[in-house]
Amino acid sequence: MAGLRVNAQLLRQVLVGFIRDEVSKVGIRKAVLGLSGGIDSALVAYLAAEALGAGNVHACIMPYKTSNPESEAHARLVADRLGINCQVIEITPMVDAYFSLFPDANNMRRGNKMARERMTILYDHSAALPALVLGTSNKTELLLGYGTLYGDMSSALNPIGDIYKTQVWQLAEEMGVPREIVEKKPSADLWAGQTDEQELGFTYREVDELLYRMIDLRMSRPELAAAGFADDFVAGIHSRVQNSHFKRRLPVIAKVSNRTIDRDFRYSRDWGK
Amino acid sequence: MDFTAALAQIKPKLGCLDDNCSMVEAAIERGIAERAGLILFPELSLTGYFLKDLVPDVALRLDSPVIEKIRNLSRHISIALGFVEVTDDYRFFNSALYLEDGQIRHLHRKVYLPTYGLFDEQRYLARGEQLRAFSTKFGRMGMLICEDMWHLSASYVMAMDGATTLICLSSSPGRGISEAETLGSTAAWQKLTSTTAMFLGCRVLYCNRVGYEDGINFWGGSEIVAPSGEVTARGRIFEEDFVLGAVDEGSLRRERIFSPMIRDENLAVTMKELRRIECGGSN
Repeated sequence: MAGLRVNAQLLRQVLVGFIRDEVSKVGIRKAVLGLSGGIDSALVAYLAAEALGAGNVHACIMPYKTSNPESEAHARLVADRLGINCQVIEITPMVDAYFSLFPDANNMRRGNKMARERMTILYDHSAALPALVLGTSNKTELLLGYGTLYGDMSSALNPIGDIYKTQVWQLAEEMGVPREIVEKKPSADLWAGQTDEQELGFTYREVDELLYRMIDLRMSRPELAAAGFADDFVAGIHSRVQNSHFKRRLPVIAKVSNRTIDRDFRYSRDWGK
Repeated sequence: MDFTAALAQIKPKLGCLDDNCSMVEAAIERGIAERAGLILFPELSLTGYFLKDLVPDVALRLDSPVIEKIRNLSRHISIALGFVEVTDDYRFFNSALYLEDGQIRHLHRKVYLPTYGLFDEQRYLARGEQLRAFSTKFGRMGMLICEDMWHLSASYVMAMDGATTLICLSSSPGRGISEAETLGSTAAWQKLTSTTAMFLGCRVLYCNRVGYEDGINFWGGSEIVAPSGEVTARGRIFEEDFVLGAVDEGSLRRERIFSPMIRDENLAVTMKELRRIECGGSN
């Protein structure tokens, strides 16, 4: 669909400006992010290096013992190309120590724990450096709730949260993200052989076409059907978006006073910046 | 009268009156040094845009020392700037002042407060009730604040009230990325300023801010538009800028001779039909 194609140069300018502006007005010059070897975090690293200078970008590569070794190799490739600071921090000891108490835990619990373990490390570095944590979840993942709350979905700033995976691919090409990373199958790499599209049951291109029409263009069900989308696909995606909405909101606060945080105590985050 | 207009495409800090005042004063000094006759600032230039609950904290009375200081600077250069105004009865307005010769020449309170999409102005601000042109040493002007200009009637009323220059102070968020050269909001505004100038045979002086607030960008691109609709000066996109441009009487005169639509405008017909519509008549 034409609407999903973007002027990547213009988008690059907006997002680089975003990182530069939002980081510097907090009185900080640095950013920290997790490099997974995938395209999303690689793209954010490229944007951050352009915005802040390579010397101000710190990457953590955080493999678990079952992670695909290719992931770490690709993460290193990005760090080397950009000349950003990079450190490998194994999460195996922390994660295994915890699951020795719960050996029956399934893949989902283990995957979530790993994602949250990584985020605690990034926030620790955020305090140590000091640096702001950059998020690397794209709009497709955020809408589908395909991520771990307080894990990979956390961040101080997210430069790519309003662009779909399809657009991530376009922008990554514009930025010069290495071809082997752009072209490989997307994977959260939580267990051997996992791919996102296999787990989700549809491709990013398919779902982006639907999400763009459903969310951005606000097309009705009959309009989506007329555009060729199967009813059950539309219904399934709609309920995914709806059921994962809690992940995109602050915790629910019980209201008892006259001014409740975020409900009638409302300020922009950048207030005073 | 020929004059030089300066468009101060600044990046206000959200809720920081002192910092923004310094920024505004520095730009005014520069405008004076560059021999500009008039300097424009963006909407809410003294406060920033997404104020929410900060509105009462940053609001100024017309007789406040901050306004007095800027009013005094207008002895050297005419100034149009935006701020939050508080009245004696504690209503808060998204307002713009036109200051000249040390006087408040005109006060415009934003009439159209957007509440759709990312906007939430009507929640925090009271609505202006007047659209009036006013006389300045550079001729008769009409002042609009951002969304006001998207209502054809607002610019039309100003032109019918004799304005030959439309001043628009803006904080327009950038959105609508596509394959096009510019953002959707940039393209839309550029069409709007140019078309309005052409329809009304007026110059348009448009000042838009830059910077980010909570990740929302303001795209800049301030412009001086001739009465023909031709853009004669334009600020940078996304970056701070200080745009200087000549505004000449000749192009206004020639355009109004060449395309005398405003002369031929039939106010009586317009009024008759508007009254009919207002009264619910169908024909």
